[in-house]
Amino acid sequence: MIKTPHVDWFALSPTVSLTGTAGLLLLVAVFGPKRTRKPIAAIVAGAGFITAFVFAVLLANDSPNGAAIIHDSIFRDRWAAIAQVLIAACGVIGVLISYGERWREENIAEYYALLTAAGAGMAFFVQASNLMTLFLGLEWFSIALYVMCAIDIDLVGSLEAGLKYLIVGAVGSATLLFGSALVYGSTGELSFDKIGAVQAHDSLLVLGLAMIVAGLAFKTSAAPFHMWTPDAYQGAPTPVTAFMGSATKVAALVVTYRLMLTAFPGDTRLWTWALAGIACASIAIGNLGALIQRNVKRLLAYSSVSHAGFMLIPIAAANALGARALLYYLIPYCAMSLGAFAVLAARERELGEPVTLDNLAGFGWERPFLGVSMWIFMLGFLGFPLTGGFLGKFYAFAAAYEHGWWWLIIVGVAGTLISAPYYLSVVRSMFLRDSAELHLTPAGGSPLRDRALDVAVGLCLAVTVGSFFAVAPLIDVARSAADALPF
Amino acid sequence: MTTWLTTLEIFLPVAGALVVWLLPMPRAWVGSVATLISLVEVGVWITAAKRYDFGSGGLQLGQQHSWFSDLGVSYHVGQFAFSVWLVGLTAICGAAACAYAWWAGRERPRAYFGLLLFLTGSVVGVFAAQDLLLFYAFFEAMLIPLYILVGVWGGAGRLGATIKFVVYTVAGSLLMLASIVVYGLQQHTFDLTKMGTSGNDWLFLGFALAFAVKAPLWPLHGWLPDAYRESPPEIAGLLSGVISKVAAYGFLRIAIDRFPGPTHDFRTPILVLATIGLVYGSLLAFRAPDVRGVIAYSSLAQMGLITYGLFAANDLGYDGAVLQMVNHGLISMTMFLLAAMVERRTATGEFALLGGMAKGRPALATILMTTGVIALAVPLSSNFAGEFLILAGVLAQGWAYAVIGAASIVLAAMYMLRLISGVLHQDQGAAVTDAALDLRRGELAIVLPLVALLLALSAWPAVISGHATGHGPGTAIAKGQK
Repeated sequence: MIKTPHVDWFALSPTVSLTGTAGLLLLVAVFGPKRTRKPIAAIVAGAGFITAFVFAVLLANDSPNGAAIIHDSIFRDRWAAIAQVLIAACGVIGVLISYGERWREENIAEYYALLTAAGAGMAFFVQASNLMTLFLGLEWFSIALYVMCAIDIDLVGSLEAGLKYLIVGAVGSATLLFGSALVYGSTGELSFDKIGAVQAHDSLLVLGLAMIVAGLAFKTSAAPFHMWTPDAYQGAPTPVTAFMGSATKVAALVVTYRLMLTAFPGDTRLWTWALAGIACASIAIGNLGALIQRNVKRLLAYSSVSHAGFMLIPIAAANALGARALLYYLIPYCAMSLGAFAVLAARERELGEPVTLDNLAGFGWERPFLGVSMWIFMLGFLGFPLTGGFLGKFYAFAAAYEHGWWWLIIVGVAGTLISAPYYLSVVRSMFLRDSAELHLTPAGGSPLRDRALDVAVGLCLAVTVGSFFAVAPLIDVARSAADALPF
Repeated sequence: MTTWLTTLEIFLPVAGALVVWLLPMPRAWVGSVATLISLVEVGVWITAAKRYDFGSGGLQLGQQHSWFSDLGVSYHVGQFAFSVWLVGLTAICGAAACAYAWWAGRERPRAYFGLLLFLTGSVVGVFAAQDLLLFYAFFEAMLIPLYILVGVWGGAGRLGATIKFVVYTVAGSLLMLASIVVYGLQQHTFDLTKMGTSGNDWLFLGFALAFAVKAPLWPLHGWLPDAYRESPPEIAGLLSGVISKVAAYGFLRIAIDRFPGPTHDFRTPILVLATIGLVYGSLLAFRAPDVRGVIAYSSLAQMGLITYGLFAANDLGYDGAVLQMVNHGLISMTMFLLAAMVERRTATGEFALLGGMAKGRPALATILMTTGVIALAVPLSSNFAGEFLILAGVLAQGWAYAVIGAASIVLAAMYMLRLISGVLHQDQGAAVTDAALDLRRGELAIVLPLVALLLALSAWPAVISGHATGHGPGTAIAKGQK
C-alpha cells in the first residue's frame, strides 16, 4: 500500500480548473459541431481562465501565511496566488485577442486547449516549492508554448519560430535541470527551504545556482539568454506572442524571486550581483536592439527583453520593497504588453501582412481608439506618467536605491533614454505620418469590427492607466503577497 | 471651496480635454467650446488670485491627499505667491492660444484642442505641485501633448524638430527622475514642504540639468530654433512663453530652495552659462533671417536674464525674475501670434520678403510697435522694471554681470527694432501684397487683451514684483511649512 500525502485540492484549484478546461476543450475538438466549434471553444477557454482567476483570488484571500503543502511540493501563499491571478487575467485577455484571428478551422479547439494547458502549467510553476515541481511546471507550460508558436502552419515564420523556441528553450530547460541536479548533489535536498537551511557553500552549489539562474533567464528572455525572443515573438501568431510575452514573464520572474530568496539565502551576494549584471545586459541589449527594428513585433520583442531587465532590478535588490516593486510592475507591464500586441493583431488582420513602422502610417487617425491605446501603451513602456509603467520603474529604482545600488538607477535611466526614440517612432508612424504614404491596394470595405479585441484593448488600457491612479491598493496587495517571502 | 481651487485650476482644462475628445459635437463647435473652457479657466484663476492672501504669503490654497504612503508620496498641491502669477500666465496664454487656433482653424480640431487643453492643465499642475513625484508626473505629462501638437500640426521640418525636442527634454527629465528617487528616499518623503534641504551636488545637478534643457540655457538650446520655427505659432508661443517658465520655476522652487549649498557652489558656472546665453542669443536674434528666429533667440537671451535674477541670491533678483517671467511670457505669446498673423498674410516670415506693412495697416503697426517697444525694455515698460530689478540684484554677484546685462539690453533694442522695421517699415517686401489686410476683429480681440495686460503691468509692475516671493523664496516657502 502506497502512502499518499494529504492533498489540499483548494490550493491546486487554479491549476486543476485550467487543466480540466484543457481536457474539456479536447472533447470540444472531437465532438463539437464544426460550425459552432470556434465560439464554443473560445467561450469554454475564457470560462476556464475566469474560473481560475476566481479561484486564485479566493486562494489569495485564504492563504495569508505561506506554507509548503503536499509533501513540500507546492507553496500555498499569496505570492503564488497573486501571480496566478495575473496569469489567469492574461489568459482571459489572450482568449479575447485570439478570437478574431483567422485560424484553420480544424484545430481551433486544440489551440485553446493548448492555451489553457499553458496557463495551467504556469499556475503550477509559480507554486513550485521544490526543484522537481519547478522543472515539471517549466516543461509543462513550455511544451504547450512550443506547439502554440508553430500552430499556424499557414503563417510564414510560424514553424521557424516554434522550432527556434523549442531548441533554445530545450537548452534552457536542460541547463535548469543540470543546475538542479548539481544543487541536489551538493545539498542532498530538493525542496527550496531545506536547500536554504543546509547552508552548503561549495563550488558544486555555486555552479548549480549559476545554471538555475541561466535556465530561468531563458524563460524571462533576459540577455544574454534572449536570442530566441525576437524570432519567436515575430514568427508566432500574434495572440500567442501576446500571451507568451506577458504570462511567461510573470511566471518566470515571480519564481526566480522566490527561488533565490528561499533556496539560496547564503549566496545572496552572489545572485544579486549576477541578476544585476543580467539586468544591465538586458536593458542595454534590448534597447539597443530595438532601435534598429522596422518590424513592430520584433521591436516589441526587444522591448520585452529590456523590460525583463527592468524587472530584474527589483529582484536583484532582494528586499521587501523590491518584491512589492516586481509584483506592481508586472500588473501594468502585462496590460501594456497584451494591449500592444492586440493592437498589432488588429492591424495585421486589416493588412494581411506583418506590421512594420511604415505600414502603421496613419493608423492612429483611421482607428482612433486602437491608435490612442497604442500610444498610451508605448508611453507606458517608456515610463511616462499617467501610466502604471512610470510608477513601476519608479518602484524598481527605489528598490535598487534601498539596496544601495544607485548605479542601477543610472543604468535604468540611461536605458529608458535609449528607448525613447523607438517607442516614439511607433507613435510617429501612427499619428505623424499620413496613410496616403502607404499606397495600399484597397481591399474594399472598412475593416471588420472585432469587438472581442476591442474589449481586450479597453481592459488593458484601463489597467495601464488605472494602475497609475490606484497605486495604493495595488501596492497593498503586493505588500501582503511579498510577506510570504523570507527577507 | 478654497481648498479645491488649485485642483480645479489643474483639472478643469483636463476635464475640458476629455469633453472635447469624447463628447460628440459638430466639428465647428470644438474650437469655441475649447476657448470657452480656457476662458473659464482664466476666471477660476482670478477667483483663486483674489482668495490668495498676498500679505501673509507662503503656501496657500493647498490640498493634500495620500497617494501611496509606503514611499511617502501624496497628491499635494498649493500655491506660493509666485506660483499664482505663473498659473495666471499659463491660463491667459492658454486661452490666447486656444482662441487663436479657433480663429485660424486647425485640421482635426477635436484632437488639437483636446491636446491644447491637456497641455494647459499639466503646466498648471507643474506650478502647483508640492510633491516631488507629482511635480515630475506633470512635468512629463506636458511632453505628451507637445510631441503630437508639434509633430502633427507643425511646419515642414516638424519631424526632425520633434525628435530633437523630445530627446533633449527626456534626457534632462530622466536625470531629474534619478535625482528625485534618491532625494525622496533619503528624506523618506516626497512632500516638498516636508523635505529637508540637501547638500548633494549630484542631486542638484540632476535637477539643474533638466531645468537647463527646458529653459533652455546655453549650450543646451539645440532643440530651440527648430521647435520654435516648426511648431504651430500658438504652440511656439506657449513653448517659449509658458513652458520655459516651468524651468525657471523649477530652479526657484526646487534647485535653489532645496539645495542651498550646491546652489552656492555652482552659482558662478551657471551665471557664466547664462551670460553666454544672453549675449549669444541676442547676437543670433540680431542675425536671424526671419521673424520667428528673432523671437526664438531672444527667448534664449531672456531666459539667461531670468537665470541672472534667480541666481543673484537676493530679493531684488528673485522679484525681478518672477516679474520678468510673466513679462516675457506675455511678450513671447503676443509676438508669436503677431508673427503668425504676418505669416498668414504673406506666407513667409523672412525679412527679405517682408517690409512696408505699416502702410495702410494701422492696427498691426500699432500693436507690433507697442509690443516690440515693451520687449526692448524702454524705460517705463514692465520689461524695463523687470530687467532693472534683475540687474540691480545680480550686481551683488559681480559688476561684470550687470554690465553685460545692461549691454544686452542695448542688443535687445537692436534686434527688436530690426524686427519692427523689417516687418513694418522699409520698402514694401515682395511677399507683401495689397491683399494682405490689416488685423481683423477676431485677431484684435485675441492680441489686444495681451497688450493691455502688458501696458497695465508697465504702469504697475509692483503688483507682481512686490507680491512675488516676499523676502526671497526661502522665507516664502518656509512660511508655508510652519
